[in-house]
Amino acid sequence: MNPVTAQLRPAIMALLVLTLITGVIYPLAITGIAQILLPTQANGSLIVAGSQIRGTTLIGQSFTNPAYFWGRPSATSPFPYNAAASAGSNYGPGSSALIDQAQRRMIALHAADPTNTQPIPVDLVTASGSGLDPHISPAAAIYQAERVARARKLDRAQIQALIEAHTEGRWLGIFGEPRVNVLTLNLALDALQ
Amino acid sequence: MTLPGILSIAVYLGIVFALVKPLGWYMARVYTGKSVGLERILGPLERLYYRILGIHPTAEQSWKSYAAAMLLVNLFGIVALYLLQRFQAILPLNPGSFAAPSPAAAFNVAVSFATNTNWQNYSGETTYSYLVQMIGFTSQNFISAAVGMSVFAALARGLGRQNSPTIGHFWVDLIRSVLYILLPLSIMLAILLVSQGVVQNLNPPVPAQLVEHISDNTGAMVTTQLLPMGPAASQIAIKQLGTNGGGFFNVNSAHPFENPTPLSNILQLLAILLIPAALCYTFGVLVGDPRQGWAILAAMTTIFVVLLAVTIGAEAHGNPRLAALGIDQSATLLQPGGNMEGKELRFGINESALWAVATTAASNGSVNSMHDSYTPIGGMIPLWLMQTGEVIFGGVGSGLYGMLIFVLVTVFIAGLMVGRTPEYLGKKIEGFEMKMASIAILVPAIITLGGAALALGVHAGGFQDSGPHGLSELLYAYASMGNNNGSAFAGFDADTPWHNIVGGLVMLFARYWVALPALAIAGSLAARKQVAEGPGTLPTHTPLFIILLIGVVLIVGALTFVPALMLGPIAEYLMLRS
Repeated sequence: MNPVTAQLRPAIMALLVLTLITGVIYPLAITGIAQILLPTQANGSLIVAGSQIRGTTLIGQSFTNPAYFWGRPSATSPFPYNAAASAGSNYGPGSSALIDQAQRRMIALHAADPTNTQPIPVDLVTASGSGLDPHISPAAAIYQAERVARARKLDRAQIQALIEAHTEGRWLGIFGEPRVNVLTLNLALDALQ
Repeated sequence: MTLPGILSIAVYLGIVFALVKPLGWYMARVYTGKSVGLERILGPLERLYYRILGIHPTAEQSWKSYAAAMLLVNLFGIVALYLLQRFQAILPLNPGSFAAPSPAAAFNVAVSFATNTNWQNYSGETTYSYLVQMIGFTSQNFISAAVGMSVFAALARGLGRQNSPTIGHFWVDLIRSVLYILLPLSIMLAILLVSQGVVQNLNPPVPAQLVEHISDNTGAMVTTQLLPMGPAASQIAIKQLGTNGGGFFNVNSAHPFENPTPLSNILQLLAILLIPAALCYTFGVLVGDPRQGWAILAAMTTIFVVLLAVTIGAEAHGNPRLAALGIDQSATLLQPGGNMEGKELRFGINESALWAVATTAASNGSVNSMHDSYTPIGGMIPLWLMQTGEVIFGGVGSGLYGMLIFVLVTVFIAGLMVGRTPEYLGKKIEGFEMKMASIAILVPAIITLGGAALALGVHAGGFQDSGPHGLSELLYAYASMGNNNGSAFAGFDADTPWHNIVGGLVMLFARYWVALPALAIAGSLAARKQVAEGPGTLPTHTPLFIILLIGVVLIVGALTFVPALMLGPIAEYLMLRS
């Protein structure tokens, strides 16, 4: 037999066997193990209130009301933080669309909080890679604290304490960035009243 | 760079290098047929596979027979994956009721996964059923990675033995790569990823009630958010370990369900470089001199660290256009600062840039940030790393066999300089080897630049941005497909018949016109006699040789691609500053 025809049967059989092992048994086994050992995480780390699913701790939601903390701009379509269609803006660093996006956000932030003259942290005017980023920086939360306190007629110190309770530090002090979970923070705000 | 940033990179590289020797030693045992400790569990499966295939694992193959086996398993894999996509609408496990992709798109994706490119011009959560993701993509992730590792093992054998008509047995290398290396590591990584929040289920998407009701871009009220689900963790584990890179969701490892925490991020980063780095040690063991492997790893690491510093510096510096608006881009204890467009807050500048460099150094192609939104210089480094042929770590197996081809060129050039016959590991390097090496280096370069030039010539389109950034998008697309990387400047719309078909052909050329010359070299060198080391032999484990090797990689890469880079990223850099 020439070398090609001699390999025909092994090629077809190898594809079938490897597909069965790695494409069927392996993912189903991992699914089984995950569902038994880690059901909460394996099913999306959902936030459940009563019988209602309010979201997940891992994916952000869109907020425009001044009484809520706002997350980062989101490039998903047809509405921001559409979890069914993750997307970044992919705007190049010199693109005018990028500048428009930042300016629109700056105008909205200033309109909701006209007396705030601090410089705006960059994460509040730039879209995340996923369009679903659940976090903002502690600086971005502090920037909004006064506005939220005023809108909710709450004490600024109370807001500050809530921000700190919803801030996660770097893992082992070095990996990742300090961050505030916007959705859980806003749910905690609603729970106050 | 910030202090936590420097520490995290030092710890990261420290863990990678600490694992190089144990894992490399283990993999060398896998490829020499020695016991690895998992036979009691997996041995029966291995033997059953040999029976089903009808092969004798001890009977070795010539390089031509080895190559035929490799090509056939990939050919059938491409056909099967194409058909699976085209029929997904009538097959089970399709909770989203997705229709079949177009023939051109299905061809592109089938080639992409079979060639270990895993370039994606689709968005996973809105295009493919769980069935296609599992038995199509997850299995091809394993197979394409194992194919690359097998070709590497064959080349290492060719260099290590003499007077041999054979270079090993493809079907043995393939199954042992899967059963004893990729599968155990994937199982461990998948479970760790689930513990961090990566989803793993077969449920349909879950609707969640929004806290604040909003309106979409037509003004209609939106009250729910549909959370995607699926068997993601099992696919993501092998996507990283096998340098595949194709994401379960559209935005790949930027997606919170694909990469939820700094810990899941660093685990995936480790998985990207782990096998390509450890294979260097495996190589040293297989040729009987571990120093040879360390020398190659040193050359790779030197280039990696320098380019990493450039990328982090560029991204941390931020965007001058946003600075002009008065936006605060400084890095402080309370914010990452820098160019945050397209980056996730939990990863910040440091671990986004680290990922961008690692994923393009290794031919992985997964992303945790959007490279299209990088600063000109920050985005140029990933582009250039792909253009140099994916040899700085590179794909599992494929990176090292690519780098070994650069080693042969270096030995050849050094031999010319002193007027001696070049030799490597006791083997004289002659005309045939140099012809094969030239093919393996020139073909990816020609299709990378030629593919982009052709697309411009026929106005194939796809650009999101105009000007130099648009050119960068196009260069990036063809560099990614032309070197089997798979990452993208994702604003570029490559889902057109032209880019799908030409891009598919580019991926095929890139994969096999490096793998086949590597196997030919393996066959030719295996048959040759080893000559004793003489006074004129250039030692290939010394700092001098490492510098020579770095020089050859950089000069070939620079001379070939700098003109195109001047018109893209460099021009964009100058425009942004003005």
